[in-house]
Amino acid sequence: MDRFEWCDGSFQSSEKLLFKIQSGVKLYDGDNVTNFVNGGLTLTNYRILWQSEVSSREYISLQLQLVVFIEKESSGWGRSGKIVVHLIEPSSRKGQTNKGPVQHSPFSFVKFTFKNGGEIDFYTQLNSAIEKREWEQKLLLGKSERKLRTGIVGIERQIQEKQKETDKSISAAFKDLSKLMDMAKDMVSLSKTIAQKIQDQKGEISEDETIRFKSYLLSLGVSDPVTKDTHGTGDDYHKELAKELANLMEKPIEEAGGIMPLSDIYCRVNRARGLELLSPEDLVNACKVMEILKLPVKLHIFDSGVMVLKLSSQDDSILAQSASVLVEEKESLTSDELSRILGTSVVLAKERLLSAEKSGFICRDDSVEGLRFYKNRFLKEMS
Amino acid sequence: MAEFDWPWQYNFPPFFTLQPNLATREKQLEAWRHLILEYHRAHKMHTLDITEAQNSPLFYNKSLKRKLSVETIFVVLEDLRKRGHLEWLDKQHQRCYVYWRTLEEWGKLIYKWASKNGMVNTVCTLYELTNGDDTRDEEFHGLEMDVLKKALQALENEGRAELIFFDENEGVKFF
Repeated sequence: MDRFEWCDGSFQSSEKLLFKIQSGVKLYDGDNVTNFVNGGLTLTNYRILWQSEVSSREYISLQLQLVVFIEKESSGWGRSGKIVVHLIEPSSRKGQTNKGPVQHSPFSFVKFTFKNGGEIDFYTQLNSAIEKREWEQKLLLGKSERKLRTGIVGIERQIQEKQKETDKSISAAFKDLSKLMDMAKDMVSLSKTIAQKIQDQKGEISEDETIRFKSYLLSLGVSDPVTKDTHGTGDDYHKELAKELANLMEKPIEEAGGIMPLSDIYCRVNRARGLELLSPEDLVNACKVMEILKLPVKLHIFDSGVMVLKLSSQDDSILAQSASVLVEEKESLTSDELSRILGTSVVLAKERLLSAEKSGFICRDDSVEGLRFYKNRFLKEMS
Repeated sequence: MAEFDWPWQYNFPPFFTLQPNLATREKQLEAWRHLILEYHRAHKMHTLDITEAQNSPLFYNKSLKRKLSVETIFVVLEDLRKRGHLEWLDKQHQRCYVYWRTLEEWGKLIYKWASKNGMVNTVCTLYELTNGDDTRDEEFHGLEMDVLKKALQALENEGRAELIFFDENEGVKFF
């Protein structure tokens, strides 16, 4: 029974009608009754078609090529005639499993019963159709036709082809990428040896340009980054990472005015590390242990939740005071204006102003024009 | 309206933003208290309506384009109330008396006037006190009737006056 397929009842080209019974044909899956009772049976030179009487659009078909042989079962008293159709194993027709009403059947034969008679004619016609084996010619024809075929199957095939092609190009692209990775490793080692060579030859070649080139090379990246491979995944990793970060960032932070947001740090560090990228989480964790390790830079979290790295030597109140001095000079400042004066980010400028406000140096004017800070005349002129 | 001498804070934009720093806010509220009482004294006003107040020059500096928000007005007024300079007239807190002198101060002032003018042990009508010719130069001239009554009640509690009702008139006798 699992060898039947749904179909629309229309004939294929070169398919010919051999025999037709209008009604009363019941289908058995092996010895079991199926839902396919009371239908018409059509025999063509390629297929057996069963059509439901209830809905004329419901057709199932059985390819004659699957039929091994057929036999008659004698019609006893009060029993309608039966024809047993033996079929070949389903393994020989892979790929068609989804198209039929029954997916699996333990039987290798089906039965047709003919309530309204006609089984004898059907039997002889079917036998001769099987002997003629006309579907073999059809298969030959079909092969030449296949490429021209349109419709849903054709579209599906085209899509499949396309998918195959993209698969190919993607894997090719990744091949290139892994090649690039290998190359990059070579490049790093090459730059290292060049740097080494230049260092060695320092005495001989003392031109400015070479020195500059050397400094470029040396600032190119972290030559030996702390990774999870080298330092495990636990506390040690974060401690080592913290040391590396402090080492790397102390100067840039100093240049930036003693304070730098963690987002900037993240970008700079990862640029320096090149291939061994850091996750934001590892970065934060490493920054958290900085204070314990007494490193020259440490993590500071503002009330607003903004995280920055700053020089350990720097005092908060000095920062706040410097901001308030600027506010007094300019009479009033927004965080935007202060950021431009100091050359820091707006976020940091705002944090400075807020901490200055907290210390009572300045006071705020919150209007539609934005948040503006003034010298705290309330405290300075009234007392 | 007479020209009012605004304090420097009135032209200082942060004055119109409630300061988050507590020490600063304390000074700011102090300035507001002072300003509101002075303003009402200068204009001899005794009541304040919240809806009107938002557009009165007191809370709205047009030249500075700064306005005290309603929430902050309430903070300032509540601060005044805690110090006995303000009393709400309704539960919705839409109108209030502004006592630029506390009731006790008013009572003392009236009693001082009465004793100076030999009114002790005599009866004067309340109308006389606020609108009479004799009190024209006194601060309590034009005082609202309700405020006057409250001030006199405060005196009454001290045993220095008694409110009397006669012929649909109200009077007070000083002792």
